[in-house]
Amino acid sequence: MSVNRLAAALVAALLAGGPGWAAGGDPARGEEIYQRCVACHALAQNRVGPRHCGLFGRKAGAVPNYQYSAAMKKSGTVWDDETLDRFIENPLKAVAGTKMGYAGVKDPQERADLLAYLKQATVDPTICR
Amino acid sequence: MTAIDTTPRRSFLSGLGRITLSTTAIALLAGQEQLALVGTASAQTANNDTAILNAALGAEQQAIAAYQLGAGSGLLQKPVLDLAVQFQGHHKQHADALAKAVQKLGGTPVTPLKDYAFPKDKLKSQADVLAFAATLEKGAVSAYLGAVPILTDRELAKAAASILGDEAMHWAVLRHALGQNPVPDAFVS
Repeated sequence: MSVNRLAAALVAALLAGGPGWAAGGDPARGEEIYQRCVACHALAQNRVGPRHCGLFGRKAGAVPNYQYSAAMKKSGTVWDDETLDRFIENPLKAVAGTKMGYAGVKDPQERADLLAYLKQATVDPTICR
Repeated sequence: MTAIDTTPRRSFLSGLGRITLSTTAIALLAGQEQLALVGTASAQTANNDTAILNAALGAEQQAIAAYQLGAGSGLLQKPVLDLAVQFQGHHKQHADALAKAVQKLGGTPVTPLKDYAFPKDKLKSQADVLAFAATLEKGAVSAYLGAVPILTDRELAKAAASILGDEAMHWAVLRHALGQNPVPDAFVS
């Protein structure tokens, strides 16, 4: 494979976001979808669920001062597009024993929108201090 | 807004709940040992249902704390203050029923957090408090919507749907008090 073709393939892979999840999420729509989460979650604070600031690249079960399930701590998961997509789709299946007793977001586009929002909001310095 | 009826409601368990719910859910939510699900369901079923109910319980405990913050803020005027206290009472009844159900399933009910780190600095008016409460109520509706289809025991799902309906009414009333369309969509998500 030529360098150009390799570069094109890499760009295509990045734009596609990878297998198993929808590309092109809309963060504005994702912010609306995030309102479904706020009974348990907040961006900057631990509540019923752990804070979301710093989510991408974080190891599951690693937020200080949050009491995780044993299953989550042992999962070995690192949160990225793929692992989050899988978890949000069906939390109880993705990490059996998780405390997140929720059916999940079944629509791939809604998950893509939600992740697009989280990618922005979880590193927003005005929120995540 | 009209005056709020603050007459103590009949117990969720001894009143409406006993009329509208039945069999296993009543047994679990009312604490009737002889009818409880434990012993009739698989361990995994009980574990999943316990996790789901505990997640709901955590959300209810957070709502109780949020309404306590609002009621004690000095920002709410009657009859809105009475409304907040009434809604908090509903959440207390939900939490009590859920905790008993978790115990009957053999689980340990989650306990309230010491501090929910609510955004107190952003609550400067009655409207701010109502908007914050509405956000949590909407989230609670979504949480129950995410619980109902995966509760293995259908009577528990029915009980969760009953709570969902109550919290959707809270959300609508709060939106109305804020001058917003109380029922903005045909479906909730």
